[in-house]
Amino acid sequence: MKDIHIEGFSDEKWMPIVKGISLHLDRGEVLGLIGESGAGKSTLGLAAMRYTRQGCRIASGSIVFDGMELFDASEEVLREIRGVRISYVAQSAAASFNPAHRLIKQYAETPVQHGLMHFSEARKNAVDIYRRLLLPDPEHIGYRYPHQVSGGQLQRAMVAMAMACRPDIIVFDEPTTALDVTTQIEVLAAIKQITRQFNAAAIYITHDLAVVAQLADRIMVLRYGDLVEEGKTREMLAQPKEEYTRQLLAVRSIREDRDLSGSEDDVVLEVRNVSASYTGKDRVLDDINLKVRRSRTVALVGESGSGKSTLARVITGLLPPFEGKIFYEGKEFSPDLKSRDRESLRRLQMIYQMPDTALNPKQKIRKIIGRPLDFYFGMGHEERDKRIRELLEMIELRPRKYIDRYATELSGGEKQRICIARALAAKPDVIICDEVTSALDQLVAKGILKLLQDLQNQLQVSYLFITHDLATVKAISDEIVVMLQGRIVEQGRKRDILTPPHHEYTELLLSSVPEMDPDWLDHLLKKREAEGKGYHGVSEGRPS
Amino acid sequence: MAFVKSLRKIPFTARIGFFIILLNVAVSLLAPVISPYGETAIVNDVWMPSSEKNWMGTDQLGRDVFTRMLYGARNTISIAFITTLLSFTTGITFGFIAATLGGWLDQLLSRIVDILMAFPTLIFALMVLSLVGTSVPVLIIVIALLDSTRVYRLSRAVAMDIEVMEFVEAARLRGERTWWLMRHEILPNAMPPLVAEFGLRFCFVFLFIASLSFLGLGIQPPTADWGGMVRENAGAITFGILTPLWPAAAIAFLTVGVNLVVDWILHIASGLKD
Repeated sequence: MKDIHIEGFSDEKWMPIVKGISLHLDRGEVLGLIGESGAGKSTLGLAAMRYTRQGCRIASGSIVFDGMELFDASEEVLREIRGVRISYVAQSAAASFNPAHRLIKQYAETPVQHGLMHFSEARKNAVDIYRRLLLPDPEHIGYRYPHQVSGGQLQRAMVAMAMACRPDIIVFDEPTTALDVTTQIEVLAAIKQITRQFNAAAIYITHDLAVVAQLADRIMVLRYGDLVEEGKTREMLAQPKEEYTRQLLAVRSIREDRDLSGSEDDVVLEVRNVSASYTGKDRVLDDINLKVRRSRTVALVGESGSGKSTLARVITGLLPPFEGKIFYEGKEFSPDLKSRDRESLRRLQMIYQMPDTALNPKQKIRKIIGRPLDFYFGMGHEERDKRIRELLEMIELRPRKYIDRYATELSGGEKQRICIARALAAKPDVIICDEVTSALDQLVAKGILKLLQDLQNQLQVSYLFITHDLATVKAISDEIVVMLQGRIVEQGRKRDILTPPHHEYTELLLSSVPEMDPDWLDHLLKKREAEGKGYHGVSEGRPS
Repeated sequence: MAFVKSLRKIPFTARIGFFIILLNVAVSLLAPVISPYGETAIVNDVWMPSSEKNWMGTDQLGRDVFTRMLYGARNTISIAFITTLLSFTTGITFGFIAATLGGWLDQLLSRIVDILMAFPTLIFALMVLSLVGTSVPVLIIVIALLDSTRVYRLSRAVAMDIEVMEFVEAARLRGERTWWLMRHEILPNAMPPLVAEFGLRFCFVFLFIASLSFLGLGIQPPTADWGGMVRENAGAITFGILTPLWPAAAIAFLTVGVNLVVDWILHIASGLKD
């Protein structure tokens, strides 16, 4: 691909998305495309198939595939190539599979449609590839429907589908972003294996440098549709040339272990023997005991389905527990939201994962932040206005610029800051942060975490920090609580949890976080094999 | 400034629609000023063709059709508008209450609405009107009640989608009352589909009144209304006299106009670009 320009149509103008990037890919080579959202990496990846999303066009450039010019190729020629010689693996397998058909039927669709093989032949192939991708029960898994397999398995089934016609190039678009760390490993291992075995070239798109380090031979860093830096993986990790790459590479600052002895008895929030359930039968939470002390951060870690968010719902009163109690500064909290008084509601605030849905799109910032001031403190108009400006200063947004904007006009990071301001407006003692950084880009997330820490030092507020991202946990927590299937498996000070010996599950979680070391994945897999745990460790025993 | 800019973006068809609606509103407001005769004054012979004296001819009693068209616009449109407004207020209120509170209240309201919807509206209206007797307030209340069932359905569905959003949960955790949730969090976000529906329902109510009048149970003579005028003069068509076509055309004209605007609003609400 040479000098590719791609434009998108917005506000009745063509705006550049990719500004003249060239890339080449040799047979059997894996190229990592990395950048934050809006960098144009997905758009560029799709352009390799001479495809653009609706509302975009490839304005100029040249795409040569195996000696063929694709830029001005006809639809027929492209149809012959797409899916057969170049294939695509999307970010969310769950959204990309047709829920009404069995996996194997969807696998066979491309080769059979293109007349490359009969269904029976495709089926044999599928079993072979399922086996190579280490899917359980390769003979029969194809006859399941997409909802009958786990997220990691589905993503691997999608990789299998992409391999169906033995393509020369596969474009992977963030295939592991939506997965838990332990599942991510399964998929990464599968991708690595399959590209090696079939000697296929691949473009791997991601925002996570540590992930791409495991797979790519070469990395290109993109920003705002421009190429920032390109280089061999090992060289780039060892010596990044550009400042931006260095920022991406920088391991997030680890919070110093603070002297915590002074606040040991100052418990703000306590959860005692809480069990909860949505149906009345299956326990989503089982005998949870937890203390949040003043001006400390407790990180609640676990994979999806471990009950972290349910615990937040119980504490806030959205889901009354059927056993156990919640205490606030020694006093019992009413289990049901409706019977809590305004004062106790004020002291406990919440920040959500998706800032897009957590802010009313039809309200201006003034109203979003102003409402809690009015509601809890009955502030008058002028007083309120002054306080809103103060809060905006605190979250490092210029009041004059932002106060009369709608939430929809802000970027993801700015929205999340507004959510923080809304929580702070109530002057809470405890803020529950539910995956507040997982929807954000790395650098933006870092900014949010830093802001949260500064605010804690300033205001002595406590955080209950729910996350599945261990890097975040390392960066900001004082105490860690590890959850698995609704139970707490380990809890304590950060230092105690993060230094061996670990609980078996904590060990699995910790070891599954990709490191900025190209050999990390190979080493890990070898080690796990040697220990006889199966190649994806304990998670094999997890119900899917 | 932004408002003027957005007005300039209105497509041609919607402009025509706006023009038709504004024309009708202006006519109904100014009816007593423009009309050459009184609403019920008999001015000429029966079923006279168009002439300089009677622009649209005269009706079955010798009244000026043009005058009655103007007054008819006034009566029909204002009654349809008040009815639609009433049906939306009730429909939205109960729909939002059902969506935000849920539980048995939602079940109760929804089942009542199901029962009301099980009757064909025209038959239900005929039944009630012939039992209670026809008067304008009764007419408005009966049609508004029947129509609010559809509004209830729509607003309940829309509100349920919005209700699960985190900003509503955030407001709930803040301790906001149900009324505040409905008014400040849900209603502004539910506006686009509801506005579009308002236009559509206005048309239906308008046609419904016209058909009730045609059946003799709508607006009672001698008050002028378009549906009634079609009925009263329907016999003329057999003699090749075009009088009943004037009010019929007016009904069609306004319906098309409103629909052109509604199409445009729906288009915006769906978020599609061209």
